[in-house]
Amino acid sequence: MNEISNKWIGTNTIRPDGADKVTGRAAYAADTSMPGMIWGRVLRSPHPHARIKSIDTSKAEALQGVKAVVTSKDIVEFPVDKPVALGIQDMRWMSRNVMAREKALFHGHPVAAVAAMSEAIAAEACKLIEVDYEVLPWAIEIEDALKPDAPILHDFVQFEGKPSNIAGTLEHKLGDIEAGFAKADVVIERSFTTRPVHQGYIETHACLVSVLSDGKTTIWSSSQGQFMVRAMTSLLTGIPQSSIRAIPAEIGGGFGGKTIVYLEPLATMLSKKSGRPVKMVMSREEVMRATGPTSGSTSTVKIGATKDGTIVAAQGVFYLQAGCFPGSPIRGAAGCAFAPYNIANVVSRGFDVVSNRSKVAAYRAPGAPIGAYAVECVLDEVAEALKIDPLDLRIKNAAREGTKAAHGPVYPRIGLLETMESARKHPHYKAPLGKFQGRGVASGYWFNAGGESSAQVNITEDGNVVVTTGHPDIGGSRAAIANIAAELLGIDYRRVSVLIGDTATVGYSNLTGGSRVLFASAIVVTDSAEQVIGQLKARAAKIWGISADAVVWENGEARPSGDHTGNFPTMTLAEIAAKATETGGPIGAGVQLNTTGAEGGFSTHICDVEVDVDLGIVRVLRYTSFQDVGRAIHPAYVEGQIQGGAVQGIGWALNEEYIYNKKGHVDNPGFLDYRMPVCSDMPMLDAVMIEIPNPKHPQGVRGVGEVPLVPVMAAVANAVHSALGKRYYSLPMSPPKVLEGLDEGTLQAAE
Amino acid sequence: MAKLHISTKINGEPTEFLCDPNDSMLDVLRGPLALTGSKEGCGSGDCGACSVMLDGRLVCSCLMLAAEAEGHEIETIEGMAEGEKLHPLQQKFLEMAALQCGICTPGVLVASKALLEKNQNPTETEVRYWLAGNLCRCTGYDKIVRAVLDTAAEMREATR
Ligand code: FES
Ligand code: FES
Repeated sequence: MNEISNKWIGTNTIRPDGADKVTGRAAYAADTSMPGMIWGRVLRSPHPHARIKSIDTSKAEALQGVKAVVTSKDIVEFPVDKPVALGIQDMRWMSRNVMAREKALFHGHPVAAVAAMSEAIAAEACKLIEVDYEVLPWAIEIEDALKPDAPILHDFVQFEGKPSNIAGTLEHKLGDIEAGFAKADVVIERSFTTRPVHQGYIETHACLVSVLSDGKTTIWSSSQGQFMVRAMTSLLTGIPQSSIRAIPAEIGGGFGGKTIVYLEPLATMLSKKSGRPVKMVMSREEVMRATGPTSGSTSTVKIGATKDGTIVAAQGVFYLQAGCFPGSPIRGAAGCAFAPYNIANVVSRGFDVVSNRSKVAAYRAPGAPIGAYAVECVLDEVAEALKIDPLDLRIKNAAREGTKAAHGPVYPRIGLLETMESARKHPHYKAPLGKFQGRGVASGYWFNAGGESSAQVNITEDGNVVVTTGHPDIGGSRAAIANIAAELLGIDYRRVSVLIGDTATVGYSNLTGGSRVLFASAIVVTDSAEQVIGQLKARAAKIWGISADAVVWENGEARPSGDHTGNFPTMTLAEIAAKATETGGPIGAGVQLNTTGAEGGFSTHICDVEVDVDLGIVRVLRYTSFQDVGRAIHPAYVEGQIQGGAVQGIGWALNEEYIYNKKGHVDNPGFLDYRMPVCSDMPMLDAVMIEIPNPKHPQGVRGVGEVPLVPVMAAVANAVHSALGKRYYSLPMSPPKVLEGLDEGTLQAAE
Repeated sequence: MAKLHISTKINGEPTEFLCDPNDSMLDVLRGPLALTGSKEGCGSGDCGACSVMLDGRLVCSCLMLAAEAEGHEIETIEGMAEGEKLHPLQQKFLEMAALQCGICTPGVLVASKALLEKNQNPTETEVRYWLAGNLCRCTGYDKIVRAVLDTAAEMREATR
């Protein structure tokens, strides 16, 4: 743990990139331009499922102003029978997702791309590309994709020996499920559905790519990982990684949705072919049709408990939509669903289902909110059946240090119980409720991640500090890193500038994802800063002519200690930096590591709603999240993660959904009809941060970014049930659905 | 298509530009005028990331034709600070962490300033409804609303 003064850790300092962002000067992906730059556009499939027989680009190429056209021929092919993993992605699918190859698999699937002197000419040229399609029957929903006669998306996907749209399964098991249920006094089994929802970042995907004649490639793009952009672009274009410099633009939101590439390989090939820098910016409609979302799902959860409230068995089956390529987050759904509880007998299964929709992308604790929604709603019913307070039921069964989770780990010291107990004691839990108002609670878990991270800490000649790290800053991580560096070096945080390096200037760093960024960067920044402090002490020792062991670093100064105490005046960072040349040269250190010890995150939420029974509108009146945050290095940005996650979950619970029309097209590809929460929908949001330091981290950090979304849909659903005495088993609980479910009996009972 | 020649005033400076008849004001701000602080989140008037002031009225620049700027005055996020000195809203947003990714921030700031120019003492509900046209996916709005209310209180205090 951090032993020094803690002057900066735990304080709400101003973020290093703040002034840029409030003045409009911060450069996001679409804000960069280059001399001679031209514009790229994508031609997209008008069919949800079609074989591509031929593509004729000659007319487009002949159009005045068109500089290049690319199709799947220009993208490296990865044969379907040879998996090529890159992180959680498989390049077989990435290659076919960025550009349809044998078949177009969803409405909006890219089939060609054009670069031209203007966006208008590029759009015109797209219309001149002739694609000969053989239109195939399609399946959008899980139940349609699982029918015996369903159109099969991929012949090579087999399940139980037959071609199938079930592309993968996963199972976690603990104990003896049959014996467990046999002991139960109460068993509740329910089925649930959720709809796909989009991450909803306000910045659409964009990039600018320049490929020179010697192959040197520069990519400016908005992503959750410049190294991921480099690796995927390299694999998909054949340009070696050493020739690609991926520069992370400021990122205007991602939430997991920017952990893969869409445009970068296309712009790279267009630039290579045209010899010009190429800029591509997606429209909102393209984002909605062809990027993200997260999976829709159908789940069945069965929980058994004894009279005293001990959960003795739990079983979950989770079918998740993958979109058109294998890879839905079944691990998150099946793995996290029961993770908050100490249950002796568990079976949790996930099924990965492909259908003719855009390929899903990660969304904040991918899969986990889907699992938690089903489990936490069933727990509510168990509590009701046993006449136990729903928080007491959770407290009784909460996982704690030493609990073995069904997905594998034995927990170290965790703060789940504290989140539940502080919710139980919180005034919110006792506040009175009126007519058609209700209160719900739910808990949730997310794995969190460590992984590769790199940092460089350099002392400037004037005695200030520059820290470079490699994870794009999506929500204030630079501010937290500045706090840590200032704390360790004992200087004012304003003397530390924190930058996100590009792939050529900082060592490999894994994605901004898995809630890893501050956990991992803090480790490498701490190690680097400690090395720098070692150097500073050695320099002072050299100047004083004493041994480095006899120097201590305190409050930003070197001080002689032991026998030498008081023999020399202390030396500041600036004084030592001024003498760096004579004492051994530049001062700085870099560390590159595969970080470990990212322990999971837990949270418990309380939600109050009021249902307008005339309009079917559910309004959230009050929301409080209790989360074990490990250590809040920059509390305001931790709170921000918690608050933002709550609102995304409220949107998922109440309004957001993809609506498909009869032609297999998304019918609401814009912010007007895809209804995300707006300011007037929300109350203030309370975040109670509980700090149980992660014992495996130098500052005690746990990932905080994803678990805030996990319990939300269940908390809202349980609150709606409490308000009406009626439960909805599918999301979103949008006004038409709520109204449809309200009959006289329900209303009278609720009054 | 012949270009139109437009004379306008942007952030107090007389400005001329050429545009196509179907260019939006946002296209011209972000393109030829290189004022990329205004963002395009939707291009359809649904997100507010492109908010600017037109003769003192809050508008979505993605819904305004560039040609409509002729003879009018536009203020963008780039004109909000006075030289080095941030507007109180800008300062408060930094102090209260009212931004995460920051892509919505220029629009939210322009809209918030427009509110405070009309109403020095807004209630929480008034702030929430005024900003209902500015989507923010990161913050959950809590810190944005608090920052606007706090700024309003400070500005009232300062003019007393
Ligand atoms: S870009 Fe103008 S409102 Fe969204
Ligand atoms: S701060 Fe990211 S959208 Fe508002």
